[in-house]
Amino acid sequence: MKSRKAGNTAAKSQLLEFYERMLLVREAENKLSALFADGEVPGFIHLSVGQEAVCVGITSALEARDTLASNHRGHGHALSKGVDLETFFLEIMGKEEGICGGRGGSMHVADMSVGMLGANGIVGAGIPLAVGSALAHQVRQNDAVAVVFFGDGALAEGVLHESLNLAALWKLPVLFVCENNGWSEFSPASKQFIANVRDLATAFSIPSKKVDGNAVLEVHDAAVGLVNAARNGEGPQLLECITHRWRGHFEGDPQKYRSEDEMSGLADHDPIAAFEALLEKKKVSKADMQEVRDRIEEQITRAVEAGRAGSAPDFERAKTDVYTVREAV
Amino acid sequence: MAEVRFAKAINMALDETLTKDPSVVVFGEDVAHAGGPFGVTRGLLDTHGELRVRDTPISEATIVSAAVGAAMSGLKPVVEIMFMDFVAIAMDGLVNQAAKARFMFGGQCSVPMVLRTPHGGGVNAGPQHSQCLEAWFAHIPGLKVVVPSNPSDAYQLLKAAILDPDPVIFIENKAMYSMKGDLDEAAPAIEIGKAHIARAGDDVTIVSYGAAVNTALAAAATLAERDIEAEVVDLRSIQPWDEETVLQSLSRTHRLVILHEAVTNFGVGAEIAARMADIGFDELDAPIIRVGAPFMPVPFAKSLESRYLPDADDVIAAVEKVLA
Repeated sequence: MKSRKAGNTAAKSQLLEFYERMLLVREAENKLSALFADGEVPGFIHLSVGQEAVCVGITSALEARDTLASNHRGHGHALSKGVDLETFFLEIMGKEEGICGGRGGSMHVADMSVGMLGANGIVGAGIPLAVGSALAHQVRQNDAVAVVFFGDGALAEGVLHESLNLAALWKLPVLFVCENNGWSEFSPASKQFIANVRDLATAFSIPSKKVDGNAVLEVHDAAVGLVNAARNGEGPQLLECITHRWRGHFEGDPQKYRSEDEMSGLADHDPIAAFEALLEKKKVSKADMQEVRDRIEEQITRAVEAGRAGSAPDFERAKTDVYTVREAV
Repeated sequence: MAEVRFAKAINMALDETLTKDPSVVVFGEDVAHAGGPFGVTRGLLDTHGELRVRDTPISEATIVSAAVGAAMSGLKPVVEIMFMDFVAIAMDGLVNQAAKARFMFGGQCSVPMVLRTPHGGGVNAGPQHSQCLEAWFAHIPGLKVVVPSNPSDAYQLLKAAILDPDPVIFIENKAMYSMKGDLDEAAPAIEIGKAHIARAGDDVTIVSYGAAVNTALAAAATLAERDIEAEVVDLRSIQPWDEETVLQSLSRTHRLVILHEAVTNFGVGAEIAARMADIGFDELDAPIIRVGAPFMPVPFAKSLESRYLPDADDVIAAVEKVLA
């Protein structure tokens, strides 16, 4: 798809919304990075800085009833699907008021009320979960679609291959989204997977597209088409989004395995800077963009304050919540 | 009251829940058209249709994880893993996904799925088609594990498992599929986690579950000829397990033997023995003895397998020891 044509399915009024959503993900993660460095975020966090166009481009093509399965690098997936920013920060900061009661953290953010079935600590594990969710949509005939995000690092996982096959056999309404950022944890994708994901889709008779994953309108346009196809009973679809991971596999990763050339060139692929240039071309005023930036900054400041004000999770309550406690009948 | 085979009892529970609840779906390898390798799911496709009764490809990991995703999205999947040995391929879906979703998402969802799978030897199926791996699952917080010992319990426990909001591993001993027993469809429901006194007695308590309960009952019948009255406790469910009923029985008999077909080492019996040594120490007049398979893979040849499987004579020897 040529960039000239991109954006045809996005109304002009949507442009600022795309901008706002991408900025929200970027700034939320930049803040998490700072909080992590200061010791306010415990554990492991995996940032998707540089990949914001993928999650925003895809989720903007979804309906509220659609479901989404994510992975360890899932902050953008969660926020762009509509997870509340304050309960998101509360969770990642390990607080009782967090969306998961402080029991999951960054790798397990989920919000069933918006169809976000969870980030996942196991590479590739979200893929068959999404296939199962799509099965539920098909059986319940609720006109919903399931989407799963996975990285190039999941391409060698067996469940991907099984899931593509099962989804195709059963014509399930599922969109497989491969965020190809070129790095499988600490190894280049070229040393991890001998084939490529679109050939894999073809092998299972699954229609696929490949887009510049740093161009939000390209991602969105492709997603609209593929989601509609899945929703219309045409079976599973696959989208490969070429993007870049700016940060390490996890925060604190010194990334000695990446060249200086690569690192210094990352900013050339900034999906947000590119979109700002596009907005200027489309005559969106600098004041309008600044207003968005100010609003995001304010929201994040409030969310961090809420996170800091949250309480430590109650151990006894957590311990009794392993199984469902049923009301006596 | 009708006499039905174990396999048919499971089929009846599936048929009934599929009829009553449109969110119940059944899928697995060869469960639809072929009716399952042991005929358990025979007829369900014809009655309930291909939307809800499905054959899957041979993809155990995805069968199980898809059930988890479906359960998180409004269905109550009942999936079959053809032999329990094959769950080794599907552990992520059970251990990291199904078992943890409720807890790690702060109680936002439960995972109302059932995994049915046959365990056990006795049919010369060899090391990869005969194992009893229930202890793996009983060790995982978030999973429930149910093992019926007769057709009536299989019918009731499977219905309870499907209604249960949490993931349940439902284990069928494959040597029992043709076992006949009375089934009263109108009998009251069985609660998962409650044991059943299969035979009352005052001299020794034999705790067991699944097909081994019948071995325990056979041993008890022989012992009764010698005026030794064994009480046989059928756990029915091993996670959660009914420690209160076991303790009460132990308080009457003061002697405890635990029997299962799985290897003894690090098994379900180890947990029961440790717990009773803790809360029942004052009641014990003899050391607790576990009877199970030796610590080796299940062998193929008839002569090897029959020696491998714990039998009534092993139970009788254990009872003699705790009574000595």
